[in-house]
Amino acid sequence: MCLAIPGKIVELMSSGDQESAMVEVVGVRRKIDVGLLSEDRPVPGDWVLIHVGFAMSKISEADAADQMRTLRMLGEVEGAMQEVQGYGLDSDRDDAPAEYTAPPITKAIQ
Amino acid sequence: MRFVDEFRKPELISKAAEEIRRLAGTDRHYRMMEVCGGHTHAIYRFGLKDILPENIELIHGPGCPVCVLPMGRIDDGLSIAKDPNVIFAAFGDMMRVPGTLGSPLEHKARGMDVRIVYSPSDALKLARLNPDRHVLFFAIGFETTAPSTALTILRAKAEGIHNFTVFCNHVTIIPAIRAILDSPDMRLDAFIGPGHVSTVIGCRPYEWIAKDAGKPIAVSGFEPLDMLQSIVMLLHQLKNGEAKVENQYKRVVPWEGNRAALKAMGEVFQLRPYFEWRGLGFISQSALRLRDSYAEFDAEQRFEVPGIRVTDPRAAQCGEVLKGVLKPHQCKLFGRECTPEHPVGALMVSSEGSCAAYFNYEHRKTALTQLSVA
Repeated sequence: MCLAIPGKIVELMSSGDQESAMVEVVGVRRKIDVGLLSEDRPVPGDWVLIHVGFAMSKISEADAADQMRTLRMLGEVEGAMQEVQGYGLDSDRDDAPAEYTAPPITKAIQ
Repeated sequence: MRFVDEFRKPELISKAAEEIRRLAGTDRHYRMMEVCGGHTHAIYRFGLKDILPENIELIHGPGCPVCVLPMGRIDDGLSIAKDPNVIFAAFGDMMRVPGTLGSPLEHKARGMDVRIVYSPSDALKLARLNPDRHVLFFAIGFETTAPSTALTILRAKAEGIHNFTVFCNHVTIIPAIRAILDSPDMRLDAFIGPGHVSTVIGCRPYEWIAKDAGKPIAVSGFEPLDMLQSIVMLLHQLKNGEAKVENQYKRVVPWEGNRAALKAMGEVFQLRPYFEWRGLGFISQSALRLRDSYAEFDAEQRFEVPGIRVTDPRAAQCGEVLKGVLKPHQCKLFGRECTPEHPVGALMVSSEGSCAAYFNYEHRKTALTQLSVA
């Protein structure tokens, strides 16, 4: 889907060439690749738009909330959350399993 | 009224709708094409057509990468995965797309190792986790997705991974727009430009649409207000006899695009001389393939593919719907032989396909009309 998912960078994780970050999307934490933002590196607290597990651009917190609202209006939140939860594959995680609290679908970004 | 809460700034939406009505007048018919599948989806979901005046016609463009892929390419990908050593990995959207012998999901039911991944990184991870198997990643998408595939290939090379290949079906949006403009069937006045493709390519690539083809284009966000504001921009241009590129989605789309993403794409990919698109035929320089320096990650270099051209079922009119010549419900199979439960073509399967969007939303009274913007 061409739509992008908004998330907050909570931790940068760089090991060697790997440019990853732990991102939080409505309470769900997953590792994503921030290599496409190498010319404008995000820091913890920044909001980004995520597409297929890669951060595509930095956005404001207000725009992140708007994007989440748009996804909700389009009926895409479930699909977006399924995608985010699918990052890293369900089996054999090489990072610490995230604490997942199921958010109600109507809850907007706080 | 509950729906008022759903739509932010309903008074701005009403105002935009009013301005559109005022600008559009009654003396001419406007034909505007939204290129990207996400916008098609938004138009139906928000019922935008219902609040636009009758003389503004929105025409759906070919911006659904799953929809434009000819069936033969799906067959090719699946034929590589016939080898039991191969793991076929693709995004969820691909899983129910019909091939000649069934969709990937149907192949899975018959014993093929088919896995859904939500990121090309995860296809690479599958390769790391399964060193004795070969992982084939069926890559699909426009320029929004191609940089992520490119970066994944760069990571694979850096790590020295040898059991991972990409079957590359990335396509580029500009040649498709060019083909539409060149088509004798199409008469268009303006374009609503794709939102997230533009975060990668920026707005500059659209300049020829304005300069050479003389058509206004407004790169748009996905909220109802975004799309209505874009239509206002286009109407202003048309009424003033102008044709330029405007960026309505400034808060997300940088004019210059994403340099790191473009660099990764340029490093890994080159343009194919031509590629077949459902509905649009062969378009030159419209798709990507891996450069020879990354041949070891190119499924088409490492494996034999049948490469057979497969035409759609005769009765299906996917091509015409994709070009915007037919509306979804005008296809003879729509709602009868072809529904989301049993799709004949990809436009009914993909979340960005216009047939699926029309089927799911058109008959519903939408929240936007209940806002009484009229």
